[in-house]
Amino acid sequence: MNKQILIAGFGGQGILFSGKFLAYEGLIDGKEVSWLPSYGPEMRGGTANCSIIISDSKVGSPIVDKPDILIAMNGPSLDKYENATVKGGQIFVDSSLIERKVTRDDVDVHYIPATKIASDENLPGLANMIMIGMMIKKSGIIPFENVEKAMSKVVSAKKQNLFDLNMKAVEIGYNYEG
Amino acid sequence: MSEKVLMKGNEAMAEAAIMAGCKHYFGYPITPQTEVAAYMSKRLPKVDGGVFLQAESEVAAINMVIGVASTGKRVMTSSSSPGVSLKSEGLSYLAGCDLPALVINVQRGGPGLGGIQPSQSDYFQATRGGGHGDYHMLVLAPDSVQEMVNLTFKGFDLAEKYRMPAMILADGTMGQMMEPVSLDMGEVTKYEKNWALTGTKCEREPNIVNSLYIDPAELEKINFERYERYKMVEENEVMYEEYLMDDAEICIVAFGVAARVSKNAIDEARKKGIKVGMIRPITLWPFPKDVLNKAADKVKAFVSVELSMGQMIEDVKLSIECKKPVLLCNRVGGMITTTDDVLKSIEEAAKIGGEN
Repeated sequence: MNKQILIAGFGGQGILFSGKFLAYEGLIDGKEVSWLPSYGPEMRGGTANCSIIISDSKVGSPIVDKPDILIAMNGPSLDKYENATVKGGQIFVDSSLIERKVTRDDVDVHYIPATKIASDENLPGLANMIMIGMMIKKSGIIPFENVEKAMSKVVSAKKQNLFDLNMKAVEIGYNYEG
Repeated sequence: MSEKVLMKGNEAMAEAAIMAGCKHYFGYPITPQTEVAAYMSKRLPKVDGGVFLQAESEVAAINMVIGVASTGKRVMTSSSSPGVSLKSEGLSYLAGCDLPALVINVQRGGPGLGGIQPSQSDYFQATRGGGHGDYHMLVLAPDSVQEMVNLTFKGFDLAEKYRMPAMILADGTMGQMMEPVSLDMGEVTKYEKNWALTGTKCEREPNIVNSLYIDPAELEKINFERYERYKMVEENEVMYEEYLMDDAEICIVAFGVAARVSKNAIDEARKKGIKVGMIRPITLWPFPKDVLNKAADKVKAFVSVELSMGQMIEDVKLSIECKKPVLLCNRVGGMITTTDDVLKSIEEAAKIGGEN
């Protein structure tokens, strides 16, 4: 297995954080992983993206330019990466922020109003983890059992409250039927 | 083996330096290497005898490095391209004083202030010394976060062994990416430093650390002696990795992130039946001349893949004595070659090489 994942959205949506969580998921599952952020001015309000590779063998280039899995958290990101996604790949769309539909018919598309759910469920800023939860379910590339362990690597044990909120967000995404 | 942790390249190099016994760090922030300094500022004050100091400038930082290095203690500074230019005078002085130190360059696009995205366009600066005078630095080019750790450790060791500055030549991608690393580094080799300025306690003649020699005959002698040492480095310390070279008809030469991209392209090309492999220099100085020269007797063509206008390609041509054509596959200014870019160059090389 070699899965190239691209998470893209606005700076401040927790793109890099959710990517780090995914990378730990892969690591705990015994896979080779890499995590590469966009850095620089775009991190502070512009478009941010994060390349994650989860693979059975040593990771080659850490740069994802043809994602197997695209998580799009704003319109510009979907516009930019929809056509780059590989044929037969998966696209996850935050449908509360992206009004349009994916135009391609050779990819598996999942819509979830993650930002709205986060707001309704009082999970501020956790649309990213709702998206991740859904991606874990629909892609099947990493087992759900490791979620708690991976979370403990990215959220300090001292912040139990944040840990619980993040877990709740992942579970909501995982169990979402849209 | 200890559990692997995910670390950013910049942070992993900083931790590896501490594990190598470096207790002194002087730096000045610049993207994309600032995490090195940030990590050191948190960690070094907790290390017994540790000193972190954010200098007023890059020039000040490298001169503080010279100060600590002359006492025989392990010391490091880090910067990115424009900052390394500012340090170049100090690098020449380190070499002229025969002092060991580790300098990290997490390259960004240039020239001038350039940009903040990854680049490899400081190859000439690193491998030709950067500063004035006849000298070399050990130049180590990691292609993974684990190798950044290993080469930081190794860089301190080699610098002390040969009494010369060592440079880790990384790039923005390497510095910013996270990969799993093991920090099991083993023992630090201790070298006798009878040259270090540690105080005579009135029990020995004073040591002198100096790079000024008014008598040309003396200065010439010292240069010749230093180059004898460089010859030993070239004979003993060349590091490289070969990838699918056994039956290769085309040889890619690439380091750092360009080598990572090239590996993907090689795998793609192999699926199309093109016999292509790679020689990845891990030491850029000393450059793996002999292994490339031997490869030139076997392969039809070379492709130098680099994020510069074509700098390493000169060393490739020199190494193979122009026996075979060398193509350049490059992007610059912070852009990174894609797998498709490299694949195209491989296909081109397969054509010009002709049939055997």
